Amino acid sequence: MVLSTRIKTLSPELAEQTERIAHIARRETLDFFETIFEVLDYDQISQIASYSGFPQRYPHWRFGMEYEQMRKSQTYGLSKIYEMVINNDPCYAYLLADNSMTDQKLVMAHVYAHCDFFKNNTWFAKTNRRMIDEMANHASRIRRHIDHYGYETVERFIDTCLSLEDLIDPYRAFMTREPPRRATTEQDRRNKKRKDEEDVRYPAKPYMDRYINPPRRKKEVSPEDAARATARQVIPVKPHRDILWFLIQHAPLEDWQTDVLSIIRDEAYYFAPQGQTKIMNEGWASYWHSTLMTRYILNADELITYCDHHSGTMATSPGRLNPYKMGIELYRDIENRWNRGRYGKEFEECPDMEIRRNWGQDVKIPERVVGQDSPGRRKIFEVRRVHNDVTFIDEFLTPEFVDRFKLYQYRMDPTTGRMVVVNRDFKKIKQQLLYMLTNHGRPHIYVVDGNYANRGELYLAHKHNGLDLDIRYTTETLKGAYNIWGRPVHMQARIDDEMILFSYDGEQSKQQRLNEKDTPKPAHTI
Amino acid sequence: MSLRIDKDHQRFRNIVKGRIRKDLRKFLTRGELIGKEGKHLISIPVHGIEIPNFRYGDNSDAGVGQGEGQPGDKVDGDGEGIGPGGTEEGRHILEVEVTLDELADILGEELQLPRIKPKGKHRITAEKDRYSGIRRIGPESLRHFKRSFKRALRRQMIVGTYNPDRPRVIIERGDKMYRSWKTILSPHTNAVIVYMMDVSGSMGDEQKELVRLEAFWIDAWLRRNYQDIESRYIVHDVRAAEVDRETFFHVREDGGTRISSAFKTAQELINQHYNPQEWNIYLFHFSDGDNSSESDSRECCQILREQLLTNINLFGYCQVASAYGSGNFINVIHEQLAKIDNMITSRVNNKDDIYDSIKAFFSKGI
Repeated sequence: MVLSTRIKTLSPELAEQTERIAHIARRETLDFFETIFEVLDYDQISQIASYSGFPQRYPHWRFGMEYEQMRKSQTYGLSKIYEMVINNDPCYAYLLADNSMTDQKLVMAHVYAHCDFFKNNTWFAKTNRRMIDEMANHASRIRRHIDHYGYETVERFIDTCLSLEDLIDPYRAFMTREPPRRATTEQDRRNKKRKDEEDVRYPAKPYMDRYINPPRRKKEVSPEDAARATARQVIPVKPHRDILWFLIQHAPLEDWQTDVLSIIRDEAYYFAPQGQTKIMNEGWASYWHSTLMTRYILNADELITYCDHHSGTMATSPGRLNPYKMGIELYRDIENRWNRGRYGKEFEECPDMEIRRNWGQDVKIPERVVGQDSPGRRKIFEVRRVHNDVTFIDEFLTPEFVDRFKLYQYRMDPTTGRMVVVNRDFKKIKQQLLYMLTNHGRPHIYVVDGNYANRGELYLAHKHNGLDLDIRYTTETLKGAYNIWGRPVHMQARIDDEMILFSYDGEQSKQQRLNEKDTPKPAHTI
Repeated sequence: MSLRIDKDHQRFRNIVKGRIRKDLRKFLTRGELIGKEGKHLISIPVHGIEIPNFRYGDNSDAGVGQGEGQPGDKVDGDGEGIGPGGTEEGRHILEVEVTLDELADILGEELQLPRIKPKGKHRITAEKDRYSGIRRIGPESLRHFKRSFKRALRRQMIVGTYNPDRPRVIIERGDKMYRSWKTILSPHTNAVIVYMMDVSGSMGDEQKELVRLEAFWIDAWLRRNYQDIESRYIVHDVRAAEVDRETFFHVREDGGTRISSAFKTAQELINQHYNPQEWNIYLFHFSDGDNSSESDSRECCQILREQLLTNINLFGYCQVASAYGSGNFINVIHEQLAKIDNMITSRVNNKDDIYDSIKAFFSKGI
C-alpha cells in the first residue's frame, strides 16, 4: 500500500497521532479520503503553497511572485503557513517540520475535516480527484511547448490566458447548458428509424468510420435541408459564460495554444469550488479542530498553546472578514438553533423578540454529542453536503447572528478616501455579503456573439447587477482577448447607467455609446 | 537546496527589475507589509504584477467587517485610536530589504549612470558553449545515439514488440535524444580600481567620512557592473602605502601631505600587476587638496600627464572642502591638465554632494 511507504517520512510520534486523530474523527462520522501527511521545511512548504498545494506546476513567474510574498511575510513574522491540504484522492496534507506537537495535532484535526468536506460537499463532486497527476501532466505538456516554441512565446500566451481565467461557468459541471440542436419530433424519429433500417453499419473506430461506412450518395436534397444549410449559423446558440470553452472551440488557435488554454481552463474549474466554499470549508475545518481538540485530543499542558493559536486563527481585524471565524460561528449557530428548534415558519414569523430570544431555552441538550447524534449535528452535516457560501449565507445568516457578532457594513468615504462603517443593518449586510460572494466577487460575463455584424468579431457582454466594470481593466483585458480571437473584440457593459461598447481591433481601443439604431445588434441579448 | 520554484522566482524578480518582459511593467503594483523589528516599524516593499481581468470598478469599495464601531468610524487601520494619543511621536518606518546590489542598481537607474563599457578588446567576459545536457528536441547532428537507442529499446520492451531472439531495435521519433549545450560566461580580462586617499592631519574626521562614503558607493557600483573586479587601496600623507580594504575604510593618521607619493605608488602598482593592454584601470583620488608644496603639485601633474593618464581609463579626483587648507590642488591640475578627456574632477562639501560627484565621475561613460 502506498500509505505504508509514504508514512515513513513521518516520525513515529506523528504517525501515531495521525492514526489516533483519524480514528477520533471517524467516530464523529467524518468521512474522508485516505489522507497522506508529509513533513516539509519552510522553504518547501512555501514552494508548495505558491503552487496552491501541488508539488508541481507549469513554469510561470506568477508562482515566483506568490513565493516571494510568502517568504517575505514569513521572514518578518507577519504570517506563517500552518496547514495545507489538497482536494485529491488520496488527500495530501503538509505539516511544517518545526511546528510543536500541539500545532501538528491541531493541523491534523483541521485537515481531516477539510478532507471530509472535499469528499462530501456536492460542489466538489465533479472535480478531478487525481489532480496531483493531472497538474504534473499539465506541467510537462507546457514544458514541451516551451521547448518547441520558446519560453517567452509560451509565457506571453499563458499571461493572456490567465487574464481570462475566471471566465468560466462554475455550474456547468452540474447541468447541460446547450439546448439540443433541434427539437426532435415524432416525424423525425420515424425518419431516423427508417434510415437506420436502410443503413447497414459495420463496427469501426471513429477515425476509420468514413472508410468502412462511406457516406451514401445523397438522393435528393430537400428544400428544408438546403435552407437550413445556408441559414446563418448562430454561434453561440445561447449566450453562455464558459468563454474559455467558446474560445477553445472557435478561436483560430494553433494546437499548442489550444492545449495551453484548455490547461488553464481545467485548472480554473478545479479551483472553482474552493472559491465558492471558502467560508463553509474553513468554518467546517475550524468547527471540527476545535471540537476534537478540546474534547479528545489535547493534553492539559498543551491547552495554552492551543488556545493561543486557535484564537490567532479566529482573530478579526477591522475592515476584514475572517472566513474561519464567520464559518465556525455560523455552524455553531445552526447547530444550536436546530437543537432548540429555532427554525421553521413559526419561529421565523414570530414578531416578539423576547419570545424569540428564549425560544427553546428549556430544551435539554446533551453535553457531549458524538457523531450525528442530535438534531443540530444532523443539520450541520446536511448543510456541509448541499450548500456553498452564497446559499449558506443566504439561508443561515440571521438578524440575531449579525447582532451577536457585531457585523457591520463599511464603504469608502469619497471625501476622505478612507473606509468607514456605514451601518449595522441586517438586510444591507446580508446583501453586501452576497454581492461579495456571488461568482467570487467577479462580474458575470457572457459570450453573446461569435460572428458579430457578420464580420467574425467577438461580442461579450456584462450582466449588470448593481456594480459597474472597471474601465481601465476592461480595456486591457480586451486586448488579451483579441490576442486569442484574432479579430476585433467587443464588450458591452453598463457604465454610469449608460450602455457602452468597448472595442479593440488590434490597434486601438474604442469606447462608444450604444445606440439602438446605428450599431449592429449581436445575436443575443442578455 | 535548490527548489523548483527558484526559477519562477528569479524570473519574477527580473520582470520586476525590468530586465525582461518590459510589457508587464505597466501592471506592476507596489504594496507594502508593515512589520516590526525590535522597536521599529518597518515597511517591507512587496512587488506584484497584476494581470488585468474583468473586474468591478470603484463603486465596489465596500465590504462587511466584524467588531466595535459606530457608523462613521474608520476601519482601515492606522491613525486614530491606537496607543495613547497626544505625546506619541510619529511612526518611524524604515525601509528594509534592499541588498547592496539592488541599491547599486537603484543608484544606477536613478542617476542614469551609463554603465562603464568595456572598450575595444577588453572584454570582461567571454561566452563559451559547453555540451552538458540532454533534451528531446534538437538537430540530428547532435543526436545522442546511445540514449536514443536505450529509449527505443525500453519502449519496445514495454509495448512487447521486442524479440530477444531477433533483437531488432527501431528508433522512432519520440525516442530520439539530443545533446544540448549551455552558454557559460567566463571571465576573460579584468578591471581594477585603485582608490587613493589623503589621510593627512588636515583631513578631519568629517572629511574622511565623506571620502569613505563616496569611495564605498563607487566601489559598490563598479562591483555591481563588473563580474570580476579588483580593488586596490592606497593611503598617503607624506609617504604612501598600499593597504587592505579594511584599513582603508578605518585608518586614522596624521602628518603632512605629499600627493605625488600616492601617484608614484599607484604607478608602481600598475607597472607591476596591471598591464594596461589587458586591464581596465580606474583611479580615484580623494584629498582636501592641501598639498605641501607647489613643486610637488607640479610633479603630480607631470606623473599624471606622462605616465598615468596615458595608460588608464579614468582618473577621478575628488576634493573635499577642508576647514584648514587652501584646497589649491584642484586648481593646479585644472590649469596644467586642461583638455584631457579621461580626467574628471569634482568637489564635495557635504554629504549631498556625493551624489553629484559620483554622477560627474560616471556621466561620460568612460
